[in-house]
Amino acid sequence: MNIQIINGHLIDPKNQIDGLRDLFIVAGKVAAVGSAPAGFVAQQVIDATGLVVAPGLIDLSARLREPGYEYKATLESEMDAAVAGGITTLACPPDTDPPLDEPGLVEMLKYRARELHKARVYPIGALTYGLKGAELTEMAELADAGCIAFSQADAALTDTRVLMRAMQYAATFGFSVWLRPQDSFLARDGVAHDGEVATRLGLPAIPVCAETIALSTMLQLARETGVRLHICRISSAEGVALVRAAKQQGLTLTCDASANHVHLTEMDIGFFDANCHLVPPLRSQRDRDALHAGLLDGSIDAICSDHTPVDEDAKQLPFAEAEAGATGLELLLPLALKWARQSRRALAEGLAKITLQPARILGLDAGHLSVGAVADVCVFDPEVYWKVEPAALKSQGKNTPFIGMELQGRVRYTLVDGQLVYQSKAGQ
Amino acid sequence: MNNPQLNKHGELQHLLSTEGLPAPILRGILDTAASFMSVAEGRDIKKLPLLHGKSIFNIFFENSTRTRTTFEIAAKRLSADVVNLNIGSSSASKGETLLDTVDNLCAMHADMFVVRHSQSGAVHLIAKHVAPEIHVINAGDGRHAHPTQALLDMFTIRHYKKEFHNLRVAIVGDILHSRVARSQIHALTTLGVPEVRVIAPKTLLPSCVDKLGVQVYHDMAQGLRDVDVVMMLRLQNERMQGAVLPSAQEYFKYYGLTQEKLVLAKTDAIVMHPGPMNRGVEIDSSVADGTQSVILPQVTFGIAVRMAVMSTLAGVG
Repeated sequence: MNIQIINGHLIDPKNQIDGLRDLFIVAGKVAAVGSAPAGFVAQQVIDATGLVVAPGLIDLSARLREPGYEYKATLESEMDAAVAGGITTLACPPDTDPPLDEPGLVEMLKYRARELHKARVYPIGALTYGLKGAELTEMAELADAGCIAFSQADAALTDTRVLMRAMQYAATFGFSVWLRPQDSFLARDGVAHDGEVATRLGLPAIPVCAETIALSTMLQLARETGVRLHICRISSAEGVALVRAAKQQGLTLTCDASANHVHLTEMDIGFFDANCHLVPPLRSQRDRDALHAGLLDGSIDAICSDHTPVDEDAKQLPFAEAEAGATGLELLLPLALKWARQSRRALAEGLAKITLQPARILGLDAGHLSVGAVADVCVFDPEVYWKVEPAALKSQGKNTPFIGMELQGRVRYTLVDGQLVYQSKAGQ
Repeated sequence: MNNPQLNKHGELQHLLSTEGLPAPILRGILDTAASFMSVAEGRDIKKLPLLHGKSIFNIFFENSTRTRTTFEIAAKRLSADVVNLNIGSSSASKGETLLDTVDNLCAMHADMFVVRHSQSGAVHLIAKHVAPEIHVINAGDGRHAHPTQALLDMFTIRHYKKEFHNLRVAIVGDILHSRVARSQIHALTTLGVPEVRVIAPKTLLPSCVDKLGVQVYHDMAQGLRDVDVVMMLRLQNERMQGAVLPSAQEYFKYYGLTQEKLVLAKTDAIVMHPGPMNRGVEIDSSVADGTQSVILPQVTFGIAVRMAVMSTLAGVG
């Protein structure tokens, strides 16, 4: 189908386009930007007056909860949420039940996702069997089945020899290894940042050194093995400083932060708000400021949603017993825009953190609207304010610290492969 | 962020923590408690009809003898109907959730809940959940708060020292795991105590304890010097596991309160302990039973203070 998106403000960070341009789509690909290609006849016209036309968003961490946790969320519900959030490509961590450590599981997940014709799903394979941190998975087989990287999700990998071997093996095939730095001994039983709020509320705490000690180990092993390392969800000022220094020393390294941590601090826990029970814990104002600085200077490459839908029952518990995590697919765009606005940067810079940069981390030719590129497009109203309410979210998870807050920027159209997969009316 | 303990008129709706409560509310409870002293001690009048017809549920998800008993006595002296539930041994072990348990008790027309739970924040969760006509009293949640203990401690201090504004108070022991210490610190600073000290090894102090407005000491001899009040904390035996402390013997040697250490405090200093005591671990028997100890009066005052809290919440104080 030939689609013409007219009168929109096109922002394409890769091609440094930031202005009024029409977009022409033919047979699922970008056919032209600006003026129509010869002989183009639109079968569908999308009027994007007052709207931004951007590459479809790419999320580096979205738990879809299948297989094994269908009572928390299903592929159907979360794929609806993804495209409602303008996300056309997402990577999902391997901490399903069973974990993504067998090619069959990965193939099934990819097949089920493909059948839904919504966002593209790239599973991240388990680095070790059962995420137990002891035996390596068949990474090459898993990659053939569709895994785009390998990770331990939030499971501990305490044995540094296993970690080194896992990196060596992954490096053999050029696979990237994604790790969230946290020393499991220092973090044991902890549920909140070791700071003022945990002191006041009497919550078991996780010190910053739990992140920096694990991170230092990972960086040294990455140097040793030459693996492509991606650091997931950095949370502390000291952690950002280590990443910055390692990058300056020339280590092949990428890093993301969750949209929650870019905007929230331990103070948001208030009186034990279980929606703020997150992994890693929300840290101090100073740490949040360091995440902002890291995003600005490129130490942090991307913002992810860290989408973790949790069922209501699991949140209606005392803070420490409540399951950690927040729904996030539908909040990624407004939260990335919010960061750009707060930092007095162009929206294009915010968009790059959720399009072009995550595409680079994934090694995908995506996240841009060059002629010939796959037409994954997100059209959004950058100005409209909307209130985050459980009923307004398509995700089965209604748990987010942003409930009740007003966010700016909302998706109006999402296209995957040049097909309209989501649209909402103005004012909704 | 609204204080969940106060209603829209600024009156006490629940008692969850001493943090964030205005000084007049704290003083009001202490004054009310003073007026109940003769009843609390069972002298002339045995009972007051203030809570006649009200149902008070003591829900204890964690074991307690002293606190539960004093709440029960306090409620009965106010003529309330009291139901005691030790959930630790019933519903929770059958897999019922905290809020399901609470809903069931609400359906039995409870007017007030007195709750103890092993998790910080559990009582806030209940207070947020119940209907607005129901009042919730925190009888200890995890490491977070134990406000009635702190209030009875304040009552004890006022009883012996009359004023707060000229005092130097030391809290000694396991601050990190102590809900009592947190509630004491907030109550003391709110009531205007100019110098609150905490004395403990670094493994028993939360990382930002100085942000609570206290001075930190690691040495008993320095920390106890010239104080008016010494508030000892219980040391749980499990602290010897998990590499928090090497041994009870070493702890007693450096942080146990003995007569030799107590002489560094003012001569008229009082010694307090929330109980139950570990004699020979955090406190020497000669001090616990000595002339400066006010540990048993604390228990008696606890009844009057809990009567005051219940009647204040019910709006009949």
